[in-house]
Amino acid sequence: MSVAPAPARARHQTGHRPSSPSPAPRRRSWWERLKRDKFVLLLALPGIAVIITFHYYPLLGNVIAFQDYQPYLGIRESLWSGFDNFKILFNGDPDLLNALKNTLTITALQTVFVFPAPIILALILNSLASNRLRQIVQSVLYLPHFLSWVILVAVFQQVLGGAGLLNNYLRSSGHEALNIIGNADAFKALVTSQVIWKDTGWATILFLAVLAQIDRSLYEAASVDGASKLRQTWHITLSGMRPIIILLFILKLGDSLSVGFEQILLQQPAVGRQASEVLDTFVYNNGVVGGAWGVAAAVGLVKGVIGLLLVLSANKIAHAFGEEGVYKA
Amino acid sequence: MSIDTIAGRTNIVGRGAKATVLIVACGLVLVPFLGIVSTSLASPAEVTRAGGFVLFPSSIDFGAYRSILAGGVVTRSLLISLFVTGVGTLLSITLTAMLGWALSRKGTFGNRYLLILVLVSLLFSPGLIPSYLVVQQLGLLDTLWALIIPTSVTAFNVVVVRAFFVGLPNEIIDSARIDGASEWQLFRHIGVPLAKAALTVVGLFYGVGYWNSFFNALLYISDSGKWPLQLVLRTYVVDNTQLGAEDLGAAGHALPPQTSIQMAILVISIVPIVLVYPFLQRHFAKGVLTGAVKG
Repeated sequence: MSVAPAPARARHQTGHRPSSPSPAPRRRSWWERLKRDKFVLLLALPGIAVIITFHYYPLLGNVIAFQDYQPYLGIRESLWSGFDNFKILFNGDPDLLNALKNTLTITALQTVFVFPAPIILALILNSLASNRLRQIVQSVLYLPHFLSWVILVAVFQQVLGGAGLLNNYLRSSGHEALNIIGNADAFKALVTSQVIWKDTGWATILFLAVLAQIDRSLYEAASVDGASKLRQTWHITLSGMRPIIILLFILKLGDSLSVGFEQILLQQPAVGRQASEVLDTFVYNNGVVGGAWGVAAAVGLVKGVIGLLLVLSANKIAHAFGEEGVYKA
Repeated sequence: MSIDTIAGRTNIVGRGAKATVLIVACGLVLVPFLGIVSTSLASPAEVTRAGGFVLFPSSIDFGAYRSILAGGVVTRSLLISLFVTGVGTLLSITLTAMLGWALSRKGTFGNRYLLILVLVSLLFSPGLIPSYLVVQQLGLLDTLWALIIPTSVTAFNVVVVRAFFVGLPNEIIDSARIDGASEWQLFRHIGVPLAKAALTVVGLFYGVGYWNSFFNALLYISDSGKWPLQLVLRTYVVDNTQLGAEDLGAAGHALPPQTSIQMAILVISIVPIVLVYPFLQRHFAKGVLTGAVKG
């Protein structure tokens, strides 16, 4: 939101600048071009309308963060409350702090355990001599990516739950059953392992594509120079993958305040809010479920702005280190 | 073991480790599926004896499938999900192809601004509560359209399709133009047929998205008569709410164990994904990478 005024001012200024001579005389006026391109614009219209209505227009709805919003009154009739809703951010609300702590813990766990997994898997797949074998393994490991979180959580419950596959096996072989599902202490590890299970295979796609583009002759040259396999992996393979790794890391960083909303919401009843509440579920539980619309919208708004700033600054840092980043600016 | 072995031995150990990682990984994915399918097909007696989960059933029994397909809650939600997925995917492909084509026509009126509008929307998400308010404002709450329209066009897919159109050789379009083709003819008879592969991939992704969509349904649909399959799955499998014979529309019959019924619901929600999976697999790498590389 804070970004919006800047381009407007820029346009304003250019408007007042003494009319700079245009490099070449315009062939057509904008009205003529509009008429000429009306069919192309007509094609664009419905899609653009959907994006504006459901992506840009909702941004206006954030004004309820500054209101004592009552659903039966609507945005027009609800009373304005200034920054009252934002107080929750500064008065040390224990629930919000807990949600923040859980979010950051899960993000940290995912950065350490989820992020490197596909890189390692891609290296292994890439080193397989047999294409057939690689394709079979890929087909199997990509599949979980296409399952919904509901299905995935159900599968995990059936396998790891009290009467599940694992515990049935443990009991029948004389061991004690493990309490995994519904165990608040194990929740964050469970969530992390679910993400690994679901997306590690799929996430190798980009890495494999990059690996396929690395020049084979580099390896030959290195081995002639006496570089061991490990050194080749480090100096050639991993340095070839560096741009994509950094790119994905930036995207991940920008997302660090959003961790598996559906995934966590589905499993909240089993472990309770203390262990599982994250920022997104906090917004949902307090706003849509709890009726504190204004406060929830305020938290969501601040979270969104910080998330955007994270992406933009991570991108800047990447540029500073001479990497490509998500976009060029 | 491998610390002080000669080079050849290290190689073998390395291969062994690689093979182990891959086999374990594949096992971790496949065994749960096997267990779910097996339990859904096992006889009631066997499920009860095993205390829930059966990995290798000794006989096959379709009782669980008969009860969930008898016309009750599950059948209805299955039909709703099929409707949402079918209509949604068609709408999505159409709108995405149109917008992607329009954005690929460089130099047309406002082209750059429209492209920026689409690209910037990739950078943020509008937030849950504001989105809810918009859907409410449009009167879509508790209608199936709430599951279709808000997600009908995603910027990422538009960018992929546009990249494909941009990649088409200019000569084709120019020569058609010289032959007097109108913009509509260019789009309909040249653009769309040539982009069939890209549109198929994008369509499959949309389709999987509609089929899997859970949270939008939770947020926008409160009438349980309009629940898609994913919500039924959540209520009766994840949350373990008991499904009675009346719910299933199978009153008067003896029901198979809850576990079998739950597994059968899981299977019917996974089957469509598995059915389109080979197509997804054949095309996705191509489609996704075209978008990523040429974007």
